[in-house]
Amino acid sequence: MDGDVLLQAIASGLLIGMVYALISVGLTLIFGLMEIVNFAHGEFLMLAMYAAFFGRSLVGLDPMLSLPATVGLLFLLGVLTYRGIISRILHAPMLAQIFATFGLGLFLRGLAQFFWSPDFRSVEAPFLAGLSGGGVEVGSVSLGVPQSAAALLAGLAFLALYLFIDRSRTGLALQAVAEDRATATLMGINSDRMFALGWGLGAACVGLAGAVLATFYYIYPSVGVVFALIAYITVALGGFGSVPGALVAGLLVGLVEVVSPTLFGFSPAYKYAVVFGFYLAVVLVRPQGLFGRF
Amino acid sequence: MLLQVRHLSAAYAGVPALHDVSLDVGEGQIVALIGANGAGKTTTLRTISGLLRPERGEIAFRGQRLAGQPAHRIAELGIAHVPEGRRLFSRLTVRQNLLVGAHSPRARAGEDAAMERVLTMFPRLRERADQRAGTLSGGEQQMVAIARGLMLGPALLMLDEPSLGIAPKLVDEIFTTIRAIAREGTTILLVEQNVRESLELADHAYVLQTGSTIADGTGAEILASDLVRRAYLGI
Ligand SMILES: Nc1ncnc2c1ncn2[C@@H]1O[C@H](COP(=O)(O)OP(=O)(O)O)[C@@H](O)[C@H]1O
Ligand SMILES: [Mg+2]
Repeated sequence: MDGDVLLQAIASGLLIGMVYALISVGLTLIFGLMEIVNFAHGEFLMLAMYAAFFGRSLVGLDPMLSLPATVGLLFLLGVLTYRGIISRILHAPMLAQIFATFGLGLFLRGLAQFFWSPDFRSVEAPFLAGLSGGGVEVGSVSLGVPQSAAALLAGLAFLALYLFIDRSRTGLALQAVAEDRATATLMGINSDRMFALGWGLGAACVGLAGAVLATFYYIYPSVGVVFALIAYITVALGGFGSVPGALVAGLLVGLVEVVSPTLFGFSPAYKYAVVFGFYLAVVLVRPQGLFGRF
Repeated sequence: MLLQVRHLSAAYAGVPALHDVSLDVGEGQIVALIGANGAGKTTTLRTISGLLRPERGEIAFRGQRLAGQPAHRIAELGIAHVPEGRRLFSRLTVRQNLLVGAHSPRARAGEDAAMERVLTMFPRLRERADQRAGTLSGGEQQMVAIARGLMLGPALLMLDEPSLGIAPKLVDEIFTTIRAIAREGTTILLVEQNVRESLELADHAYVLQTGSTIADGTGAEILASDLVRRAYLGI
């Protein structure tokens, strides 16, 4: 096989892997904080993509311009989800918690289908398309500008998240609540506010991912389903609640997905089967995932 | 009176743990709360700091009612509770644990001074400042727990069994530190299994039995009482 083709696959895999990592880190933040899995995560992604779509089609905003608003809206959605639903079922049985977010996801998907139809949409992204003609060549490898921008923004988001969690007072408080809620409250930390913040941040991450994904991926009501599935295994692979774990696992999943069809010469139609097989293989050896929490 | 507790009762999921606890803690005092395992000492502290809601009774701190207020607001009022078993944030460093201790707005203005104060009080923590708290010895962890409590700049410091599971050599050090903290003006409510040492230290002491305060007096009085001599000192 051609070395250039392999290099191209590795580069593409890493780029999409950064997006997977960004989607997953939102999930892992929330889980690490309160051991609740947001089963509506994929629908949060879908809503962010539609936000980019409507920003363009209704107001004519470039997706890169509407991006801050999309991230802000998703932050708000995360906080509202916590305040309206999650805070009421914190002490409910686990199944109730699962079905609450699962139900929210189904509801949002149904809503999207009802109001916006099941059609596949796409967003023009003139700003990114205009940058160096929409593509960059690095040696023999050619990369799409939207994909590269997505990976770059995801990297910046990870950096910001790391600095926030590890260096800021609020970030330390988040970690304290994640480890021992009761003791954290003895320090004057309002754990309820930290939970709301965690949901806001988690949703903002997936919001950023959706806003950039919209520039190179179709938008439809169930677009979140596959991405959420990938996010669940990415989180499990990286270690539930681990931010660096989400980054490493996201890149790994992206690589496996794109490189393996190239390397072994099977149809890309089987790429998810390979990803899930890879996940199973890793998890059998290391059930706790690659990293510990936060 | 800095803290007044009157006829307090509390329960865990309907199972009563405290029946009738009344105690006073005066400004600047060291008050000891002693009692057998399971008597309700920890539950008393947890109820004062708001981790547990009282079923009945009154708690007043500087004249303000505490019963029913959330724990984070009670901390904000100036009560630091150093819990049994230390409960450090094990994945955070020593310094980060101390910073978390100063999270509350009341603590922020004095944060740097408080940090310097506790690192001077526990020089060993200065050496270990960037080590993860979970990797420290039991004695060092207790120092972090006390220091983290002091970071709040509390008017009242509640210590739950600070000498539990600590090397005997360090126990003396901990008691010396408690005395020093009190001398610097912080009021202390001390729960201890080391009955003799804590009664020697205490200005006033309460004896707790199956969820009720059954006796009180100066540390020396309680130490000399038949009740305590028989039950705890085996004399
Ligand atoms: N988390 C809990 N859940 C249920 N019962 C508890 C819990 N903690 C303590 N208890 C019960 O409450 C009573 C008082 O316990 P505690 O306050 O821990 O006593 P002490 O600190 O004096 O040893 C005991 O009967 C104990 O079994
Ligand atoms: Mg106890």
